[in-house]
Amino acid sequence: MADKVEFELVSPEKLLTSQPVDMVVVPGSEGDFGVLAGHSPLISTVRPGVIDVYEGDRVVDRVFVAGGFAEVTETRCTVLAEEAIPVADIDRGKVEQDIRDLGEDLEDAKSDDEKARVEAKLAVARAKLDAAGATAH
Amino acid sequence: MPSLKDLKNRIASVQSTRKITSAMKMVAASKLRRAQEQAEAGRPYAERMGRMLASLAANVQDSGNGPKLMTGTGADQVHLLIIISSDRGLCGAFNGSIVRESRRQILRLQSEGKTVKLLTVGRKARDQLRREFGALIVETYEDVGRRRLSFADADVVAQKVLSLFDAGEFDVCSVIYNKFKSAISQIVTVQQLVPFAVEAQVEETASAEAKAIYEFEPDEEQILAELLPRNLSIQVYRALLESAASEQGARMTAMDNATRNAGDMINKLTITYNRTRQAYITKELIEIISGAEAV
Repeated sequence: MADKVEFELVSPEKLLTSQPVDMVVVPGSEGDFGVLAGHSPLISTVRPGVIDVYEGDRVVDRVFVAGGFAEVTETRCTVLAEEAIPVADIDRGKVEQDIRDLGEDLEDAKSDDEKARVEAKLAVARAKLDAAGATAH
Repeated sequence: MPSLKDLKNRIASVQSTRKITSAMKMVAASKLRRAQEQAEAGRPYAERMGRMLASLAANVQDSGNGPKLMTGTGADQVHLLIIISSDRGLCGAFNGSIVRESRRQILRLQSEGKTVKLLTVGRKARDQLRREFGALIVETYEDVGRRRLSFADADVVAQKVLSLFDAGEFDVCSVIYNKFKSAISQIVTVQQLVPFAVEAQVEETASAEAKAIYEFEPDEEQILAELLPRNLSIQVYRALLESAASEQGARMTAMDNATRNAGDMINKLTITYNRTRQAYITKELIEIISGAEAV
């Protein structure tokens, strides 16, 4: 494969990666989509999940993102992530603890607003655990 | 005339002041570098966010029913001002100029018959505005990014602004902060956040690739509805970063001046000290000689 797509992963605090890759699979809010060079321009929201970076047929990099936005053009794929950590760095024990804590928070939540916020956090934590689980097995 | 001992004490005290100010200058310089790096690192995200927003806005504006955060509530009766200052002093005119500009804005809006609400970040703005406009302050934040400014800090402020907006507490929101130009010069900037003015950015980027026709997943309105609150957080984050860099720059300059002044003062005091010492010696000699002559 000669054509490569420029993959950029940006968090509010810094530019995390910027590299040419063969393919990236982004967890869009309406389903995962793979981006190859020459993809039609697209803007999508991203749900909490794992971005797979392909080099040839192999996955070379897996990064967990806690939601955000993706912008795709023919030569470029930019993901604006709210939080991003490599899957290998996820600490299972800590995430499980977080989920337990958030579960307690949810019970304590008084207003609907608060409840919604905790639920959103919980969803992110669960997705993170899923991501970690996928590599462990 | 002060005695030799007084002079000596005074010199010692000015010397220790100089030591402190020059240390503070050095600390501010290294913090400034870090703040600048951080501001630099945050730029790509804001840039791409702006680009995405521009292409989205171009699409939604055609359809004419954008979300309220962009189009406004249709009124401009209640203004919310976010005032960003520092927690600590000893940074020259940094806080003074912010407070002066805020006061000017508040009085201007009030004279136009508008209602003003304030949200202050940093202890100094709160302390200085409390006496005059205490009733207007809805929320204050302290110790924001004390160790290291993170996006989460900015998000807290932005969420508060959003919840106020959703509750219909204000129509227009602006942020007042010190924009970092260089270590010597900071510019007080007033930037409107809500409704968000996209026009300027559209023109910048429209010429380039933003003209490409995008597909949207889900549709434009929904993405925009998610993107705009994010954008607000980003704008607040950027203002906080600029302000943090400005604060350190202002402090560095102020402390540099203080160090130099202390140096001048030490020189002057040392001259006085030496003169006084000479005068004492001469006086004693005269006393001895005239004593010897009298015998």
